[in-house]
Amino acid sequence: MNILMTGMSAVLCIAMLGAALLAIRVKGDDSLPLSILAAGLVSLFASVLFLILAAPDVAMTEAAIGSGLTTFLFFFLLARIRGTAQTVDKNDGSALDGRDYD
Amino acid sequence: MIKRFITLLLLAGIGAIFASLLFTYVPDSELNRTADYYAGHTASDIGAANIVTAIIVTYRGLDTLGEVTVLFLASSIVGLVLSLGQKQHKTQRNRVAVGELLTTGSRFLAPLIMLLGVYVFVNGHLTPGGGFQGGAIIASGMLLLLLADPLRHFSHTLIATLESFSGLSYVALGVLGLFMAGGFLDNRILPTGTLGELISAGAIPLIYSLIGLKVGAEFSSMLASLSETEDMK
Repeated sequence: MNILMTGMSAVLCIAMLGAALLAIRVKGDDSLPLSILAAGLVSLFASVLFLILAAPDVAMTEAAIGSGLTTFLFFFLLARIRGTAQTVDKNDGSALDGRDYD
Repeated sequence: MIKRFITLLLLAGIGAIFASLLFTYVPDSELNRTADYYAGHTASDIGAANIVTAIIVTYRGLDTLGEVTVLFLASSIVGLVLSLGQKQHKTQRNRVAVGELLTTGSRFLAPLIMLLGVYVFVNGHLTPGGGFQGGAIIASGMLLLLLADPLRHFSHTLIATLESFSGLSYVALGVLGLFMAGGFLDNRILPTGTLGELISAGAIPLIYSLIGLKVGAEFSSMLASLSETEDMK
């Protein structure tokens, strides 16, 4: 591993730490999407790191599952949770799980 | 205060363990005996250009069968647990409106993503990646479709048929190796061909395609059940 690769790995590690801190530390009203994106970013940097460490198969798994599928899944479930929350608001909280009891 | 101190102490301990691992690490100057065997014999015995694939599908094929079984169990249990919830009513459910960008983008991207997944597992014996990665890529294409249209319905019959067909064929190919070649999941039931060509490495492309289909179907069935089930009380 030459000096360029070592430098790149160091930069990636710092970026990973930054993204991980962002994922758990981000505050605000609409912080969840940002957290999900930051968590996906950690996986993306990790997969590049695996590639630098000459493990392309692991890098592909990390990119496909850790960075792709998990991030998508979190967004999908976030949309569902919000959909339910909106239903509760409309019903004035009478149907707590968002269903109509006719 | 004391709780915080204990947490810090634990963190420092873990840090010390990792630091000692890092600072005493010396890279191996040569391959160990197992790795040396794999590196030397893969090309001549298995005929696969990607050594990792040769190990996953042939040398350690039984482990892979176990992994696929674990994934199958996980997706079955997810389906079982979610089937206890109520199916959603299409008209009653209020959802966040899906943007035009996502709808149009997913129509363009989803076929390409699935094609990439198929490419990854068909070329598993030549390039990095294989059944698991390709299957996960296919499932992320399905998830994109679900994100764009949450009410979209995937045929569970098709997914289940695909899943059981690939699982059965995978085991059948393995048993075939018992009779026609050196043992269970031996890839030399078909000619190994020329190293580096698409049709080569015996049964590896076939087995890895089946694994890819199986993993893709399992992930997709999990996602479809997640999307179709109403939240539980």
